[in-house]
Amino acid sequence: MLLRHTPTEIKERKVLTINPAKTCQPIGAMYAAFGIHGCMPHSHGSQGCCAYHRSALTRHYKEPVSATTSSFTEGSSVFGGQANLLQALNNIFTVYEPDIVAVHTTCLSETIGDDLPQIVDKAKKDGLVPEGKKVIYCSTPSYVGSHVTGFSNMVKGMVNLLAESSGRHNGKVNIIPGWVEPSDMEELKRLASLMKVKHILFPDTSGVFNGPLDGTYRMFPEGGTSLQDLASAGDSSGTLALGEWASADAARALDAKCKVPCRVLDIPYGLAATDRFIDALHTLAGVPVPEEVERERGQLVDVISDYHMWLYHKKVALVGDPDQLIPLTEFLVSVDMCPVHIVTGTPGKAFEARIKEITKDVPYEVNVKAGGQADMFLLHQWIKNDPVDLIIGNTYCKYISRDEDIPMVRHGFPILDRVGHQYFPTVGYKGGLRLLEKILSALLDRKDRDDPEETFELVI
Amino acid sequence: MSTAQKSPPSAWDPASVKEELLKKYPPKVARKRAKQIQVPVPGEEQPEIMANVRTIPGILTMRGCSYAGCKGVILGPTRDIVNITHGPIGCGFYSWLTRRNQTRPGPDGPNYMPYCFSTDMQDEDIIFGGEKKLRAAIQEAYDTIHPKAIAIFATCPVGLIGDDIHAVANEMKEELGINIFAFSCEGYKGVSQSAGHHIANNQIFRHVVGEAGRPPEGKYRINLLGEYNIGGDAFEIDRIFEKCGITMASTFSGNSTYDQFARAHTSDLNCVMCHRSINYVADMMEQKYGIPWIKVNFISGEGTAKSLRKIAQYFEDKELIDRVEEVIAEEMVAVKAAQEEVRPRTEGKTAMMFVGGSRAHHYQDLFNEIGMSTLAAGYEFAHRDDYEGRRVLPNIKLDADSRNIEELEVTQSETEYNPRKDSGTLEALAEAGLPVKEYKGMMTQMGDHASLAIDDLNQYEAEKLVELLKPDLFCAGIKEKFSIQKQGVPMKQLHSYDSGGPYAGFKGAINFYHEVDRLVNSKVWSYMTPPWKKNPELVGAFVWE
Ligand code: SF4
Ligand code: SF4
Repeated sequence: MLLRHTPTEIKERKVLTINPAKTCQPIGAMYAAFGIHGCMPHSHGSQGCCAYHRSALTRHYKEPVSATTSSFTEGSSVFGGQANLLQALNNIFTVYEPDIVAVHTTCLSETIGDDLPQIVDKAKKDGLVPEGKKVIYCSTPSYVGSHVTGFSNMVKGMVNLLAESSGRHNGKVNIIPGWVEPSDMEELKRLASLMKVKHILFPDTSGVFNGPLDGTYRMFPEGGTSLQDLASAGDSSGTLALGEWASADAARALDAKCKVPCRVLDIPYGLAATDRFIDALHTLAGVPVPEEVERERGQLVDVISDYHMWLYHKKVALVGDPDQLIPLTEFLVSVDMCPVHIVTGTPGKAFEARIKEITKDVPYEVNVKAGGQADMFLLHQWIKNDPVDLIIGNTYCKYISRDEDIPMVRHGFPILDRVGHQYFPTVGYKGGLRLLEKILSALLDRKDRDDPEETFELVI
Repeated sequence: MSTAQKSPPSAWDPASVKEELLKKYPPKVARKRAKQIQVPVPGEEQPEIMANVRTIPGILTMRGCSYAGCKGVILGPTRDIVNITHGPIGCGFYSWLTRRNQTRPGPDGPNYMPYCFSTDMQDEDIIFGGEKKLRAAIQEAYDTIHPKAIAIFATCPVGLIGDDIHAVANEMKEELGINIFAFSCEGYKGVSQSAGHHIANNQIFRHVVGEAGRPPEGKYRINLLGEYNIGGDAFEIDRIFEKCGITMASTFSGNSTYDQFARAHTSDLNCVMCHRSINYVADMMEQKYGIPWIKVNFISGEGTAKSLRKIAQYFEDKELIDRVEEVIAEEMVAVKAAQEEVRPRTEGKTAMMFVGGSRAHHYQDLFNEIGMSTLAAGYEFAHRDDYEGRRVLPNIKLDADSRNIEELEVTQSETEYNPRKDSGTLEALAEAGLPVKEYKGMMTQMGDHASLAIDDLNQYEAEKLVELLKPDLFCAGIKEKFSIQKQGVPMKQLHSYDSGGPYAGFKGAINFYHEVDRLVNSKVWSYMTPPWKKNPELVGAFVWE
């Protein structure tokens, strides 16, 4: 047994987190910053945080992840990190020549109280930021929220410091995709294009974290939202923000700043959430839904009906981020599966309420918890007390999966041991198909492994 | 294959490559980097290399922090101490199961390595202090797990808000009656992971070594220091020891347990693998208990043989000396055969190595054994002695960052000091080629061919080096891996090994030869250019054959 010290009996913990279902803000800010073309994400703190965040993203994507750090020493932690950041900006623009540097803070610079707007202002006055180059920033204290909060803060930083309204409409719709994979961002753009909706998607890591191997290393890959598009986002006719936790703040900030109205939707995982996404594009942009999109939808419905018997009333445990878990849970319920244990380390009362609403007709007791001590240790204990047929979550779930001999589907962050998330989306109808394929394969592989010989079947 | 687009690096000039690397930097950066890049020369006398100095802000470094060195590297591989990270959630999360240290707890033994414990500090803890939360977390960890020891690790904000983690540890130690100790390894301490190694060494020595008195059975009892059982290295070394009749009483810290640390002072010899990360404990054990230490290297067939001979020579026992020779003779048959097998495909190829604190040196031997040479190498967080040898130790000036790391005052133990060898014997052993407390450093090995030693290599320089020298293989860590591979050069992680291992010992050497063969001869590197980029375009005509 790998997790041999996890007891079945649940004793309430008030302060200790064991096997967290979240990580810290800056990695989210870093990931979001990679979604700007020509951007160098910069971590203002000691270098360990940056090293950890780069390593985690590298392991997840198997792609280069280049970000810089202010490399605080004991001295900077006493006197503040201004000198380090000024020096860093000078070095970054000289050596790496990005178009933009996106600075986020860490626990250390936050606790010291470094004032980013003031330091960046000084850098500009001192001539350390070359003509036409940009520096944006956001505050990401890791002792508040989670990695999702950091993502949200950086996207808000993009809006606050880059979006402008020129007074002329650009006839586009902004789409803020939330913390999804590069493949998902690509799929969202494909769907919007199919619908003939002109759009600006930001941040956009497609083409950044799924680049080709062709003998050239590009520190700034082809992908990413352009600075022009980010500026122009202030002239769009509206914003679709996917996910309350990761995207809504930025959309609201853009509304406040540039009067671009917004609507907050769930990330389109599964049938119903994708329906709402497509319908929103349809009504907001006043465009018809093309046949091709309807065909994709129909295919998803078809597969649900073809394989419904293997999904019906199967119990599922999930761990992940709120914006993912809400539509995922909804999708599972919609195919008559039973999500029964759901945790996220990201705090938010609204999460528990939405999950309860979505699962209110599930014929089993449903456990849901968000925030402090909502961790994978607790999830495991719930599973021990009330076993499930499937686990959906990040790679860390494999320890539970192996110990309890329960199949799992990898989804979320981080995925450290399988390929696919970079290239194949799980959003949209096609993404829904992929999710179903993965779920069914996991369940049916298990069935084929476990069935006694006389009931082992060729055709399923 | 990568060889197709390679220019032979046989006649290259290290000094001009160095110049090339510095060209783009702002003057201040160039001046500093110039001192951190040196050209090794033949012999022991090496040019002075600047090392263990601050990372330059904004320059994409490979380095991590003191917490990573302390919690991640040194304490991470120990399975039966509950490690609680005191701080916001990130640091604990990232150091959770990410280093590939293997361990063998047996079916029922304690193993906390798959767990991540954190106080997950919130803003109110930062404002009002986190001691109360830490105390409660220790209690909850104890109630849930019932371990025999708990270790506390401070992350960046903890030092700043003034939490006294050592006081909390002491208090809870009294209260719970188990050993509880803390590490002030905040990420801003020192200039790299190295500070964390030192902090870890100090606290393990202060709080654990010497706590339990009973040595294991065995005639030749040694400790293996600076071996972290990545990919099962320690298992292979242990197999060889067992075969020779040598008892590995404790390892720091691959596959280790609390009790092993506690009884380390009962061994008769300390063998140091990774000099950088663990030499402090070796020195302290010598001072307090009289256990000499020698430098060993179980990477490469010859290195393993040599290290075994050193151990046998130290014990001055004919039986052991003979047994070791028998084992070497027996094991080297397969090692030689594997060398012969891969050599036609690896001979003449080149490598670069930039890792932590010892492997950039150790692995050069392995490459040599299959006819490959090292063009450039360097450490991420080493000190001058790791490059130039311990003879420069008296000349190393302590800067402000190093001075802030505690140096333990160690004196001879009144009851347990027992010099395992008198000074006369040690001198005689040194005469006979077995000096104690000696390490000649990496550069001494590189001076016989054109090469560069580069401290704290960064992303820009790595890219340039690959572009200019086109090595057949590049070795570094996870953060460097994919930018190098995008350039069309295979990259092997030498911290965590990517996958696979063991690479230590005799079987490890064989594994590594095959792995290198796979890497440098993989077909994938020939696919980077599509055929239409190689063929001339036929304009406006369809030509069907
Ligand atoms: S929790 Fe804070 S100190 Fe730790 S990695 Fe995250 S930002 Fe850095
Ligand atoms: S320097 Fe290398 S051998 Fe030493 S601790 Fe680090 S990874 Fe291990």
